Amino acid sequence: MRLAGFYIFAAVVALLPVLFPDNYFVVVVGTSAGLHVILAVGLNLLIGYAGQISLGHAAFFGLGAYASAILSTRFDWPSLLALVAGLIAAGLIAWVFARPILRLRGHYLAMATLGFGIIAHVIMVQATQWTGGPDGLAGIPPLNLLGWQVDGDLQWYGVIAAAMLLVVWLSLNLVDSQVGRALRAVHGSEFAARMMGIDTARTKTQAFVVSAVFAAFAGSLFAHQQAFVSPDSFNLTVSVELVTMVVLGGLASTFGAVCGAIALTLLQQGLVVFEDYEMLIHGALLMAVMIFMPQGLFVGLTQAAHRLGSTLARSKFRRSLD
Amino acid sequence: MPFETSSTPAVPTTGDDRLLEVVGLSSHYGPVCAIHQVDLSVGAGELVAIVGGNGAGKTTLLHTLSGLRPISTGQIRFDGQDISRWSPHRIVAAGVCQVLEGRQVFASLSIEDNLRLGGYRQRHDPVWLRAQQEHVYSLFPILAERRQQLAGTLSGGQQQMLAIGRALLGRPRLLLLDEPSMGLAPLLVEEIFRVIVELNRCGVTILLVEQNARAALAIAGRGYILETGRIIKTAQAAELLADDDVRRAYLGY
Repeated sequence: MRLAGFYIFAAVVALLPVLFPDNYFVVVVGTSAGLHVILAVGLNLLIGYAGQISLGHAAFFGLGAYASAILSTRFDWPSLLALVAGLIAAGLIAWVFARPILRLRGHYLAMATLGFGIIAHVIMVQATQWTGGPDGLAGIPPLNLLGWQVDGDLQWYGVIAAAMLLVVWLSLNLVDSQVGRALRAVHGSEFAARMMGIDTARTKTQAFVVSAVFAAFAGSLFAHQQAFVSPDSFNLTVSVELVTMVVLGGLASTFGAVCGAIALTLLQQGLVVFEDYEMLIHGALLMAVMIFMPQGLFVGLTQAAHRLGSTLARSKFRRSLD
Repeated sequence: MPFETSSTPAVPTTGDDRLLEVVGLSSHYGPVCAIHQVDLSVGAGELVAIVGGNGAGKTTLLHTLSGLRPISTGQIRFDGQDISRWSPHRIVAAGVCQVLEGRQVFASLSIEDNLRLGGYRQRHDPVWLRAQQEHVYSLFPILAERRQQLAGTLSGGQQQMLAIGRALLGRPRLLLLDEPSMGLAPLLVEEIFRVIVELNRCGVTILLVEQNARAALAIAGRGYILETGRIIKTAQAAELLADDDVRRAYLGY
């Protein structure tokens, strides 16, 4: 079944807090991982499927977060409305910038998106009267879903898990549609894609807009969950981390992006104990994964599991012969 | 009509029934003129060959016809409409499908997905697509055996078959073929050309661009000789095959 993987994943996500209630790693780190999954799955549509790089994706993450923060604190908008406004704003801005930016290729596209991310960050820092500048904005109200106020780690886990599963489901369906195939065609050969009758500029724009909207979705949830936003959460490092998640998990695979996002989140949390050596080990592990599993964690681990399975089966067979 | 109406008899016309008409077409790479004042026409149901050596401008010419390259001067009319400045996807939607030089199949996608992409513009007509897909599989049985195999794992000849099949799913009224014989073993060239003839007989209008002049002129009704970006000769293919200049320059005897 096409969505079998999805149902298994959903079941695991739902069971974790039941099996490990009040576990810090599940409800707190898990929530953070969930937001990263939304970001990585969206970015994977652009990088993995359409073959276009974005080194400024934290800008859209920040856009969603600040839209929610500003609208709900300064204009007293209901949080759900602020969230939707953030999604629309991100989609519109992505749409406006997509055509000029996505005309570029390779290194030039990387430069342009890098610039985009830096400009967005500068605006967050400098536009003090709106964004609160480097100090950020505090006192963002929690999410209110038609009267239900999301409160506490466990409830947030539920909301973000649901949002994440929605995004993963959307992505899986998109990838398997004509639009998804068109994205992969653009990635394969833009000339050939045009000869299929694909409007390549439009297809790339669609991918850019969808991934921007997903990022803004994560940003908005993040703002309401943390009740506080500051520019540090949306700087260049974050953009690079997002790309790392996508590549680490395995390009052009939704579950690859899921794997990459979860792995990097856990890694960052788990390595805190090493204090000064944290970044050193972090970098070394990333290099090791890319050297030994160049197709990414998801494919690498699946193959390893297969090998393990067949080895076990063989030894069992041998034992049965004895 | 697309070739699923295989009952329609082929009508090789050179008269006024012009599907494609190109007048005074030029295209430049920077200051360099790649094709110069090209006039050509293709009638509905015809199989026309354009032959020429390396660098004659054959691929550039096809790229301009598909809107992949901007034209400098001149006009391209398809089915009475001026498509000179149309974008490629619009030209494909109008029924001009091109099999690019070097196949350009989507290597990381399966054969089935490649074919589905070929039908991108026909996606509103799933019934036709399904029937046409089966028709392509019957035309190239080797593809039918390997539907789920990645296109990148196919041999050059199989990739050429896939590229042609993929173009057929675009419901071509005019099929542009760019060097389908390139890099293929003689037996495979024969196989590919046999299919081209069969397609034409079923009613697909074909403009074939080839370096392999002998093979191309052998199957074509009419031919053009392209040299350094200019059409230097045009006639019935049989006449070109018998022409002394053409024989010396392109057929090597």
